[in-house]
Amino acid sequence: MAQWIEACGAGDVDEEDVIRFDHGGRVYAIYRSPEDRYFATDGLCTHEQISLADGLVMDDIIECPKHNGRFNYQTGEAKGAPVCVNLRTYPVKVEDGAVFIEV
Amino acid sequence: MSQHYVIVGAGECGARAAMALREQGFAGDVTLVGGESHLPYERPPLSKEGMLAELFAAKTIATAERLAEAGIAFRGGLAVAGIDREGKRLEGADGRVIGYDKLLLATGAAPRRLPGVEGERIVYLRTIEDALRLREALGAGRHLAVIGGGFIGLELAASARLRGAEVTLIEALPRLLSRGVPEAMARQIEARHLAGGVKLVFGDGIAGIASGAESAVVTLASGRRIEADLVLVGIGAVPNVTLAEGAGLAIENGIAVDRHLATGDPDIFAAGDCCSFPLEIYGGRRVRLESWRNAQDQGNLAARNMLGAGEAISSVPWFWSDQYELTLQIAGLSGEGTTVVRRELEDGASILFHLAADGRLVAASGLGVGNAVARDIRLAEMLIGKRARPDVAALGDAGVKLKGLLAAA
Repeated sequence: MAQWIEACGAGDVDEEDVIRFDHGGRVYAIYRSPEDRYFATDGLCTHEQISLADGLVMDDIIECPKHNGRFNYQTGEAKGAPVCVNLRTYPVKVEDGAVFIEV
Repeated sequence: MSQHYVIVGAGECGARAAMALREQGFAGDVTLVGGESHLPYERPPLSKEGMLAELFAAKTIATAERLAEAGIAFRGGLAVAGIDREGKRLEGADGRVIGYDKLLLATGAAPRRLPGVEGERIVYLRTIEDALRLREALGAGRHLAVIGGGFIGLELAASARLRGAEVTLIEALPRLLSRGVPEAMARQIEARHLAGGVKLVFGDGIAGIASGAESAVVTLASGRRIEADLVLVGIGAVPNVTLAEGAGLAIENGIAVDRHLATGDPDIFAAGDCCSFPLEIYGGRRVRLESWRNAQDQGNLAARNMLGAGEAISSVPWFWSDQYELTLQIAGLSGEGTTVVRRELEDGASILFHLAADGRLVAASGLGVGNAVARDIRLAEMLIGKRARPDVAALGDAGVKLKGLLAAA
């Protein structure tokens, strides 16, 4: 059953940046967009399971640190080789300065 | 009549180009010709996780289903003997003929051979079969001799040590990675290999190798003899140009292409490890790159330009290597720099920035555990691409975000 989990403090993620969040044996990535909105996706690249939190956020794109696979982190869409499988995305809400994701 | 675009070489570059033709909306026929019978597969893991994984399985770049879905005809195991440019057709070694309207040569590179040295116990690493042979021979209690302290030799030395084999690495020059890796960083890598138990021999040439039934014996110029179960030769690669040369195309450290990846024949392009090209960000210097990213980028670009896009090569050279827990990433060409600035990151990771005399950033080399340097190297790559002249003090200060420097560039 879906549940809301506190992932991090809102201030833990720099603007236009990403951090890793581990929960229940899964890895998530939490993003803060340049417009100060928060997003969450699976945290491992669908190409070679590399942690996306070591990657670079530019506009609405997260780029994998290993082979530069790109995803739109707001929709999870893979943006071309070497990745072809989309990321799952998760609903996010911010309450009392904390970021929650629905997993 | 439908156009037929043919790609010779089904490695990273060729496979990417074939897919990119479809992504760009090309509706004609696409044939991808591979010399190996395997479906296109990723080569970087062959010297790294492919050696260490419990079960060896090459990572396919494009499955048969995916190729079929994209309408790409894959012809594996086909050796191309010649190109009839006049008749615009390829001649297969088996007598088969394939006509083309446009042709991409993505023939890659082959390991440089040690002249006059042959034998069962002497191996080179390029294919799945090579990797499987190496894996079998790399268990505990075995001894691997590696000739050459470049990326392939070092990655395999690390993999072999992690699998419990003894390793002796012989490098003719006084240090490892003398081509393209700054000395300070190469020394760090050397220290890691020594700590990992690799025996390193510098400054000694190979006088001969005898490959026997029980073992191989490497005799060095100094007279020293090293006995091993297997000898891996990793002394660089040579571009596969025979086909292009036979067709009368210009060769200059690889198939010579212009900034659009076009050869002198308007219907023939070349891309990836097999070609040399002018790199505008370094004043048009002609280079040939053997790297996974270059193969990817040029495969994409070749496809666009075969379709008439007329785009110039703009990507910055980028390399990576994994050894033990360390990852090395390099953007740009460090040899172009005159000033070096060091940025210390957390957990012992660091980046060396190379700047030209005019202050332009020309290279960044990073070494650290896992992906510690990846983000900064990626940003440095973009700074290099923008021909930025970043502030030296800011580059050396890990507290200053490179993203900020990029925004200001």
